[in-house]
Amino acid sequence: MNGNHDAFTLGPLETGPACCVPHPLIQVRNLSLQYDGKTALDTITLDIYQGCITALIGPSGCGKTSFLSTINRLTDLIPRCNVTGQILIGGQDIHHPNCDVQTLRRRIGMVFQKPVPFPLSIRRNLSLPLNEHGVTRKDEVAAIIEQVLYDVGLWDEVHDRLDASALSLSGGQQQRLCIARALALNPEILLMDEPCSALDPMASGVVEDLICRLQGRYTIVIVTHNLAQARRIANYAAFFWVRERAGQLVEFGRSQQIFESPRHELTAAYVNGSRG
Amino acid sequence: MPEIIIPVSVRQKIRDFSLQSLMYLAVLLVSAVFVWLLADLVQGGMAHLSWAFLTESPRDAGRAGGIASILVSTLLILLIALIAAVPLAWATAVLLAEFVPIDSRFGRIVRFSLYVLAGVPSIVFGLFGNAFFSIYLGLGFSILSGGLTLACMLLPILTSTAEAGMRAVPDAYRLSAAALGMTRTAALIHLIFPAATPALAAGLLIGIGRALAETAALLFTSGYVDRMPGSLLDSGRALALHIFDLSMNVPGGDMPAYAAALVLVSLLLGINSLAMMFAHGLQRRRILT
Repeated sequence: MNGNHDAFTLGPLETGPACCVPHPLIQVRNLSLQYDGKTALDTITLDIYQGCITALIGPSGCGKTSFLSTINRLTDLIPRCNVTGQILIGGQDIHHPNCDVQTLRRRIGMVFQKPVPFPLSIRRNLSLPLNEHGVTRKDEVAAIIEQVLYDVGLWDEVHDRLDASALSLSGGQQQRLCIARALALNPEILLMDEPCSALDPMASGVVEDLICRLQGRYTIVIVTHNLAQARRIANYAAFFWVRERAGQLVEFGRSQQIFESPRHELTAAYVNGSRG
Repeated sequence: MPEIIIPVSVRQKIRDFSLQSLMYLAVLLVSAVFVWLLADLVQGGMAHLSWAFLTESPRDAGRAGGIASILVSTLLILLIALIAAVPLAWATAVLLAEFVPIDSRFGRIVRFSLYVLAGVPSIVFGLFGNAFFSIYLGLGFSILSGGLTLACMLLPILTSTAEAGMRAVPDAYRLSAAALGMTRTAALIHLIFPAATPALAAGLLIGIGRALAETAALLFTSGYVDRMPGSLLDSGRALALHIFDLSMNVPGGDMPAYAAALVLVSLLLGINSLAMMFAHGLQRRRILT
């Protein structure tokens, strides 16, 4: 099945350079994470390749979301959460004292499961983070807003009501606005935590197409429970499993290999739907 | 004898109906108390109320003249209380809601102290204010020491309402803001405070109500001199204290007492609606719902 789906053939909407020579942008080394002393992630070692979409799959509670939030150090905000091990982004250790977390998070956009538009106007949703990062020239901000809204396919839908509340948008539009908000800061990496799971199938399809279109230009790490979706959009897949309540990386590889000839029997059982 | 079986749906309808009637009755009773009180005040005080009553100072222990000096003292005491209490209370609330984990020992201790403070009878605050502000700090019987004593009383209510308001703002906003590389301060100013505005306003209103109604705590601190205050270090009589004095200690003071009470209640209603409008406007401007 899906024989014509080659993981390295980019879709017709692709705009960036082709993803042919894997270059590890994020290098995760022996990453462990404890909440309150209980291990939630157990020594993960993984490379995430530049310009590719890497899907994190696995059952609930296996630490995919936790893994995602270690990359932009959102775990710093969780009390009694302890991260050990190394994450290098472009060769730089993100836990190094010289690494400024605000700058790091500017380089790494994040999209959450439920769309979280701020209760502000559509325009302000996009301009607020820009202003906070020192982009204050009005024409520059306006140009970026138009560009990112265009990129996520919202421009035609909202250009005449940018000052309306972002909460008046539909769920799918809200999620695309959140993606636009992340893109406005011109990140290199996009972390997506089940960005389609709270959306209806139509909106989900639109967002999925959008993610495909972003491939190449951004390095995307996406958590998804939707195996068909992972199969459709991902270049690489990492399969997590939970052992004694600790999430472990069982298998990582090209998405085609993970789905069609998994090496590990747990992976095989999961992608075939017999486990998990 | 055959048993009469009432079908379930009918029984449920009866239950629904009785429950609803009870609720309406409760609402009616609550409103009736308010209407009765207001009607009584209007009936008793309206005749005595005039422009002169609001603009003249009291004469003959308040039997004649008006309440101008009393109003000025009251508003000054209220202003001092708010200026002192609001920044302290909201800063504490920010710390408790945003920077301290909800189950931390520090947060629990602060919250517990605030609960205890909220339950302290106002007469005790009066004695404390008298001992600390009037005597120890040497402020004497003054509007300043009355205002500061009131500020202590307002701290718990202002803090807990503001903290609850900020905690009610979804964590998703904080996470999203952080993920966008915004600092906590930026998130606080641009997202959390605006979203918590209704709670902040509600706390402020309750606080103002408390402060305007306060009698016992002011008896020992701002005193009961009914002259127009010349400075914040002068003694000044608050409106509630004036009403108490007129109705308890001054024979023939019932009519001015009624009128003064009517003014107090109108003041309360006026300030409430103003603050509501202001908060609503502020939120509309900052945040779109």
